[in-house]
Amino acid sequence: MAKVQDEAGHGLYLYAAAETLGVTRDDLMNRLHSGRQKYSSIFNYPTPTWADMGAIGWLVDGAAIVNQLMLTRCSYGPYARAMIKICKEESFHQRQGYEIMITLSRGTEEQRAMAQDALDRWWWPSLMMFGPHDVDSPHTEQSMAWNIKRQTNDELRQEFVDMAVRQCDYLGLTIPDPDLVWNEDREHYDFGPIDWDEFWVVAKGNGPMNRECIDRKLAAWSEGAWVREASTAHAEKRRARVEVA
Amino acid sequence: MVYEVHPAPGESTDDAPDAEKPALGWPLWEVFVRQRRGLNHVHAGSLHASDARTALQSARDVYTRRVEGTSIWVVPSAKIVASDPEAAESWFDPAADKPYRHPTFYDIPDEVGHI
Repeated sequence: MAKVQDEAGHGLYLYAAAETLGVTRDDLMNRLHSGRQKYSSIFNYPTPTWADMGAIGWLVDGAAIVNQLMLTRCSYGPYARAMIKICKEESFHQRQGYEIMITLSRGTEEQRAMAQDALDRWWWPSLMMFGPHDVDSPHTEQSMAWNIKRQTNDELRQEFVDMAVRQCDYLGLTIPDPDLVWNEDREHYDFGPIDWDEFWVVAKGNGPMNRECIDRKLAAWSEGAWVREASTAHAEKRRARVEVA
Repeated sequence: MVYEVHPAPGESTDDAPDAEKPALGWPLWEVFVRQRRGLNHVHAGSLHASDARTALQSARDVYTRRVEGTSIWVVPSAKIVASDPEAAESWFDPAADKPYRHPTFYDIPDEVGHI
C-alpha cells in the first residue's frame, strides 16, 4: 500500500509537470488509454513470485533512481523538482527490495532459488530501462543540448551495472551474464550484449504483459468513473447550496 | 504591472467545475504545506480536485505521507496573480542601485562595537 501510494504520487507529480507545458490531463489520459502514449517498458513483464517484489525494488527502482538522480539536475524546473520528491521515495522502495533479497538469499534453498530466478528475469529488462545505446537514441542529442538529460543512456547504464554487481556479490547470487567482467583499464564492468530485438518488441507494445497492462488501466478508469462523477456532482451541489445561502 | 495567469487549456477558471464537463475537467489547485509550527507554508505542488475539500484531502494524501506537514493550504491555481516573468528585469531592477538601503552601506568605527 505504501509503495502503491508513492507510485501513484509519482505519476501525479509528473502529470502536473507535463501540464505546466500546456497539455491537459484529459488529453494525457486519453493518449495512454488509446496506446498513443509510451510508458516505461519495464511494466510489461510478469511478476509471478514474491521474490519479484525484492528484485523489482532492488533493480528496477534502483535503475530508476540512477536515471532520476540525474534528472533532479534537469534544466526544466517543474520536472527537476518532481524528481527530488520521487528520488526520496524511490530510495525506500529500493532498500525495501534489497532487504527482501538479503532475506531470501540467506533463507532456505528454495528461497535462494526464488531470489536467483527473479534476478535472472529482471536483470536484462532493468538494463533496458536506460534506453537504446547512445548511437541509436533518437532523443539523446537534443535532450543533452537542452540539459534535460545530463548524462547519456550508456553512461547511466554503466553506473547502474557497477553498483548492482557489488550489491549482487553481497547477496551471493549470480548475474545472468557470462560476459560480465571487471575491466581494469576502464575501471568499470564490461557486460554482454543487450537483446535489442526484445527491447523493441516490448517498447512497441508487444511485450508479455502490454495488453494486460493497458486493459487493467482501462478497467480501473471505467470502474472509477462513478467516483469521479459523484465527486463532481457533490461539488456542484455544495456550490449551488452556497449560492442560495 | 501584473498579468493574467492563463488557465491551462480546458481548465475551468471557476472554483467548481461545470457539471457537463468530463470529470477530469476538475480545476487545478496549488498546494502549500507548513512543515511545522513557526515555519511558513511553502509551495509543494499542484493537483486536480472537484472542490476545495477534496483538494485538501488529496493534498494530505499526496504531499504529507511522511510527516512533511502540520498544515495545508489549497488555492485555486486560476486565482493566483503573478508578476510577469518576461518583465522581471525592469520590475525588480530599481532595488539594485539603492545600496543605501542595506545596513552594510554605512561605516561605523570599530571602537563603537557591534551596532
